[in-house]
Amino acid sequence: MKAAALKRGRPGLRSLVVGVPYLWLLLFFAVPFVIILMISFAHTQVGSPPYTWLLQYEQGAFSLRLNLENYLQLVRDQQYLLAYVSSFKIAAISTLLTLVIGYPMAHAISKMSPSTRNIMMMLVILPSWTSFLIRVYAWIGILDRNGLLNQVLMKIGLIDQPLQILYTPIAAYIGIVYCYLPFMVLPLYANLVKHDNRLLEAAYDLGAKPWQAFMRITLPLSKAGVIAGCMLVMIPAVGEFVIPEMLGGPDTLMIGRVLWGEFFNNRNWPVASAVAVVMLLLLLLPIVLFNRSQQRVLEGRAA
Amino acid sequence: MSTMRGYRWLGWGALALGFAFLYLPILLLMLFSFNSSRLATVWAGFSTRWYGELFNDRALMDALWMSLKVAFWTACASTVLGTMAAMVMTRFGRFRGKSPFGALITAPLVMPDVILGFALMTLLVSMGSIPGFPARGATAIWIAHVTFTLSFVTVVLSSRLQELDVSLEEAAMDLGASRLTVFLKITLPIIAPALMAGWLLAFTLSLDDVVIASFVAGPSSTTLPMKVFASVRMGISPKINALATLMVSAVAVAAVVGWSITSRAEKRQQRDRQLARQDAG
Repeated sequence: MKAAALKRGRPGLRSLVVGVPYLWLLLFFAVPFVIILMISFAHTQVGSPPYTWLLQYEQGAFSLRLNLENYLQLVRDQQYLLAYVSSFKIAAISTLLTLVIGYPMAHAISKMSPSTRNIMMMLVILPSWTSFLIRVYAWIGILDRNGLLNQVLMKIGLIDQPLQILYTPIAAYIGIVYCYLPFMVLPLYANLVKHDNRLLEAAYDLGAKPWQAFMRITLPLSKAGVIAGCMLVMIPAVGEFVIPEMLGGPDTLMIGRVLWGEFFNNRNWPVASAVAVVMLLLLLLPIVLFNRSQQRVLEGRAA
Repeated sequence: MSTMRGYRWLGWGALALGFAFLYLPILLLMLFSFNSSRLATVWAGFSTRWYGELFNDRALMDALWMSLKVAFWTACASTVLGTMAAMVMTRFGRFRGKSPFGALITAPLVMPDVILGFALMTLLVSMGSIPGFPARGATAIWIAHVTFTLSFVTVVLSSRLQELDVSLEEAAMDLGASRLTVFLKITLPIIAPALMAGWLLAFTLSLDDVVIASFVAGPSSTTLPMKVFASVRMGISPKINALATLMVSAVAVAAVVGWSITSRAEKRQQRDRQLARQDAG
């Protein structure tokens, strides 16, 4: 009843508040995807824009010309397929590593007193407020052949020859885990901190060992947090461009780099569009899953 | 009980390692900004020459100014639109078209930069034939940045609006205040710290973006991250270390100040609420 009273208001104002952000997102977020879908079926042409229109007016009639060549190229040329597979592999492994590092951190923080908790969480988030580029760049000086890591390892006698880590896929993994760690810890912490401690106490009273209590109570209850964290890391990591470009070297094949190259180097908008459309289709299921869980959070219906 | 303590130490250990991982690279970067050698990984003595070179780099300073302007206007627009969207999500109940609205809000949170940047670029270029429409340049970057930061601001504000005691708004409405008055006089002052946090988040996200800006900027405009990206692609550049040190310091100071302001504001609100409850009781 009260909620109904809250909803009352001037209808004009109400539609304005809904309409302005709605229109903005429709125009600048939804419509662009329709356009790239369209371009992905077009031919390249010299000029601006560098693609042909699908609808053509010829001899008094409109004709719709769909060109499947761009998609066929993705299948025919092994390079694209390998890039998709490699992107998902790199993203999945990085996500797993991030979870392994982030879960113990989020768990430890959630067990602290409320005031310490807030400071700790601020310390987790703080690095992500400084420039992302600069955090990736920091690893160049560490992982370089003459870099700090090799210097330390050689000084303590662990290795005789400097390791080539920079410009290999390993460096890309390190960069992704490093940059995305806060996005894993954040949703995990938000979930873990809400757990009812009495459940654990009951388990201990019944003779459960701490790890048993963790496996059978804490871990299953934190499922939503694990899913949210993994999606927040994995989906953007699949399309990551800056990290593999700066740290990964030529051997780190990722689809984000392919898309960048098609646009900036080859100037081939139709193929770039096809690459983007296929990437989106592959990410659609995880994105929908993430959206569902996130909308529940946004509306306050979180479990 | 001793195993419990063992597990607690395990937790502390994991946390210490995690924080070392998060902070050591940044601290090393800052340390080497004071290195006199061009070889950024070999220490050759203390020097501030890179700071001097940084401030004398006209192109870099122009790019910084451009980035700050774009980030400022992005944060302002995102906060206004984000507040509206958060109100819609938390206060407007169900309406037709709400689920697509929710999807439009949350999808940009995880959308890879390359897709968003490329897709937006095609739209802006297609609309370029409309007279006066900014197909490329600063305004185009602003549009792109508002679009992707809007979601983050909405999430921050929604979580604050959910925690907020609805009975305060209801009380004001019962006393005859209009929806707009309630929002301006009750809701807005209470969520002010969250608005500030959302504004800052949008500002830093905008200041940080290189991929989306590269797609929509066009040949004539350059933001700071684009400039930094171009120079670090070639390898290490001590000037960038100096720039990084200044940025990290600025963020750290802003974070501490912002955090103390919001925590003080929250404490005051809590105290006020307690006093109000005592008065009522």
